[in-house]
Amino acid sequence: MSTDDTIGKSFADRSRPPGPDDGTAIIIARQVTKSFTTPDGKPMKVLDGIDLTLREGEIVALLGRSGSGKSTLLRTLAGLIAPTSGEVSYRGRPLTGANPGVAMVFQTFALMPWLTVLANVELGLRARGLTPEERRRRALEAIDLIGLDGFENAYPKELSGGMRQRVGFARALVVRPDALFMDEPFSALDVLTAENLRGELLRLWESGSFPTRAVLVVTHNIDEAVQLADRVLVLSSNPGRIRAELRVAFPRPRDREDTGYKRLVDHIYGVLTGRDDAATPAPSPGRETTTPLTQPLPDASVGGLAGLLEIVAAGGGRADLPALAERLSFEVDDLVPLLDAAVMLRFAHVRDADIELTDDGRSFVLGDIDTSKSLFAEHARQYAPLVRTITSSLAATEDGSLRDAFFLDLLRRGFTPEEARHQLDVAIDWGRYAELFDYDTDSGQLRLETPARLQS
Amino acid sequence: MDQLRQYPARGTLRRVGLGPADLVVAAGVAALLYALVRVGGGLHAPFNPSTYPSRIPVDPADLPYDAARSLLRMFIGLAASLVFTFAYATAAARSRRAATVLLPILDILQSVPVLGFLSVTVTAFIALFPHSVLGLEAASIFAVFTAMAWNMTFAFYQALITQPAELDEAARVLRLTRWQRFWTLDVPSGAIPLVWNGMMSFGGAWFFLSASEAISVAGHTYALPGVGSYAASALVEGNLAGVGEAIAAMIVMILATNVLFWRPLVAWSERFRTEQSSGAETPRSSILWVLRRSRIPPALSRSLDPLREGMDRATRPLGLADSPLQVDQRRRRAGDVVFGVAVVAACAYGAYAALDYVERTIGLGAFPHAFFLGSITFARVIVIVIGSTLLWVPLGIVIGLSPRATRLAQPVVQIAASFPANLIYPAVVAAFVVLHIGLNWGGILLMSLGAQWYVLFNVIAGASAVPSDLREAITALRLPRWERWKALYLPAVIPAYVTGGITAAGGAWNASIVAEVVDYGSHHLVAEGIGAYITEATARGDFPAIFVGVVVMSVYVVATNRLVWRRAYRIAEERFAL
Repeated sequence: MSTDDTIGKSFADRSRPPGPDDGTAIIIARQVTKSFTTPDGKPMKVLDGIDLTLREGEIVALLGRSGSGKSTLLRTLAGLIAPTSGEVSYRGRPLTGANPGVAMVFQTFALMPWLTVLANVELGLRARGLTPEERRRRALEAIDLIGLDGFENAYPKELSGGMRQRVGFARALVVRPDALFMDEPFSALDVLTAENLRGELLRLWESGSFPTRAVLVVTHNIDEAVQLADRVLVLSSNPGRIRAELRVAFPRPRDREDTGYKRLVDHIYGVLTGRDDAATPAPSPGRETTTPLTQPLPDASVGGLAGLLEIVAAGGGRADLPALAERLSFEVDDLVPLLDAAVMLRFAHVRDADIELTDDGRSFVLGDIDTSKSLFAEHARQYAPLVRTITSSLAATEDGSLRDAFFLDLLRRGFTPEEARHQLDVAIDWGRYAELFDYDTDSGQLRLETPARLQS
Repeated sequence: MDQLRQYPARGTLRRVGLGPADLVVAAGVAALLYALVRVGGGLHAPFNPSTYPSRIPVDPADLPYDAARSLLRMFIGLAASLVFTFAYATAAARSRRAATVLLPILDILQSVPVLGFLSVTVTAFIALFPHSVLGLEAASIFAVFTAMAWNMTFAFYQALITQPAELDEAARVLRLTRWQRFWTLDVPSGAIPLVWNGMMSFGGAWFFLSASEAISVAGHTYALPGVGSYAASALVEGNLAGVGEAIAAMIVMILATNVLFWRPLVAWSERFRTEQSSGAETPRSSILWVLRRSRIPPALSRSLDPLREGMDRATRPLGLADSPLQVDQRRRRAGDVVFGVAVVAACAYGAYAALDYVERTIGLGAFPHAFFLGSITFARVIVIVIGSTLLWVPLGIVIGLSPRATRLAQPVVQIAASFPANLIYPAVVAAFVVLHIGLNWGGILLMSLGAQWYVLFNVIAGASAVPSDLREAITALRLPRWERWKALYLPAVIPAYVTGGITAAGGAWNASIVAEVVDYGSHHLVAEGIGAYITEATARGDFPAIFVGVVVMSVYVVATNRLVWRRAYRIAEERFAL
């Protein structure tokens, strides 16, 4: 309720287009760090030293791969989770609970399925203690603004995804929040619906009738970030840090074919896939420096990796990543693990936004099944730390077998139990394909496939 | 906008004619109110312990009134369970500290044979309402309550802690008050499990009802008007026709509550499903169909709007449904220590006081003897579980695989599971007397009469849930019948079977209290076992012995649950869940 008197005013005074740092700060995060505790009691950093200011009149996009902690950051700013250290303040006051100036739109909509559209939209107003008449009037206004007329008495499950998300927007905007937070708001929608809703949102924002002063949107879609935002913050992974801050000054609506636009997208691709320098370990001598904990296996299946490399090989062994992603209608999240796997196994190089096959990569794709397998086995054993650890541990035992618990315990020093299991599953997938080792799900035993093979 | 200028608004007067649905609903409401007025008057009749009748007249003309009194007890018990569920489950789910105490307590309460405590609660409630029959009523309702509450509480607690994370976040960002969150998120998202478990527990509670209406304490039997007392009184008179009338009345009550109350409620609760996909088969109810066509329920709901608004405002001081972001770790840890010490001290003192009480009265030597008797009853329970497994698992699979058989069998089995088996004990005991079968062996059959159905019920449900593509695949493989069972059907029903087994074993333990001592006319049959030990101690008014008996039985139940059933359940969930 406290925010109501300050935000009920007109929004026409919003300065736009925003110059650098000229709006009044709404939310300020200082040195925000968030760690979770693994079951062994070891802290795991998800966010590290984040400084961020959300100002009046701007749309800010938080862009990052999955696992970069962008949703965690959004929830920290919304006052839903507490930072381990550092501080988040709203209009100068440190948060003690849910941020009073924020309304949120969720990826999965988060509508109450048992309430009608109208009742869902009224919910936030009820929370603020408005009279039934006032509630009804403002809810109908918001429903009208967001294009939901005629659906007031429908239940969410009767609506399509796009209409459901409109309810999500109406519910958030009806309280006239100081800042609107959106957590991957369009990623559960099909491409056309997402494009349509995004466009309408931007038109409302440009028209000045959008009842909020600032927008913070989390996304893993580069194009979406560049379409929406005045500022794009790119987060790195493990732990999440702000790797780059980019201003987007193009006037809206933004033209995807514009050269400047394309250059920016390519640049962000390079930053996001992060293979410019430090991320790639130096060639051969790197063997001893990487461990399963410092260089986790990317979430990629052998089949997916082979598919990607085949497509690149068919295009002459070289491809432009944004073009490739678009052609496959993939998003970064889908493509990046495959790229990581290709690079880790030295089957490809990535420079800026281009991927190029290595000689071994070419042989892996073009060779017959046995060649591919032995090449994969050799590279996995050499360059994939966890596969290397497993094969050498198994070889060191008398009967060439070990329980999965042994490796899970090892992995839990750096991962949550789920992630540890996931890492092991990827390693098993790779190891099985490479015929390096096999796994018996029932007994939990990992066993060397043919011990003789390793001696050679 | 011109409807705002008229009063009453135009819509109110437009349709004055009442539809047939409205007439049906209005008649139903009137009948319900009349029954409540008639029956409610009997609740606070005067009471004098020495002159209170030990049986009620066995006259078919009284049966409707008795049945109504029994029903009222059931529904008051249900209402009490619901209030308890809301309070207890919310406390356990929202307070970390409370959860560490509340959950183990609930776990143990679930395993305690409450029937054994009936005499204690009767004494306590009579002391609470000294000159009114309300004390006896409260004791009987309490027995019904204990049959329903724990299960419902666990179901609601489970729903609370598995709430979709984004709905929880939405509620917090929207800044709902605690009250608003409870009614717009917590209760709706827990409605389906709550209704389902309410229905199943309600079925189980009939047994407790019929066992608690006529109760002997310290050599005197008190009989409340009710169907259970009707059967008990008929039994004492050796009036088998009277027992038959009571059984018929019981079946009618079970059927009526299912059709008129639970089916519509289950069908209605479908609206609270959170997954956006609809279930395979939506439950239907003709009663709900009538209610939906009537304008009386929405009008009633609208008339409650001001109350709802008022509660919304009145509960505002309870605060927002949000937890503080920063917690002072040191203060929190200090609080934990104080809390832990207090709990441990209270437990230690309680255990000491209880043991001291036993030592000063009947001596601690009662425990080994009770444990020996417990092992005899335990053997009976094992026989029942194994027997019902061998009998009902194959049959349940056969029924479950045929949709038609399932549709026919499921309601029948549900009623068999709900039916208080102690009502048909006399007929079975009569047979025992004729055939010279002692209760030591016969008790097994008596205990199994009520308990075994849960196995069948769950196995049918498990078998009917086997996905049809798997069934088609296994048929296409042309495996011999036994191979098909081994490969698919038996593993597929294991999780459901384990759930049924836990319930059946629990039911058998409880049944032992009424099945190991049975009076039939002039015959007094007693079996050796912990159930008989508790029942005889109750008849003597020997409270220390009751305490020892109940503790020992609880130890057996908790131990087998922990050591056998829980493990079996975990393995079943991990390995065989479809």
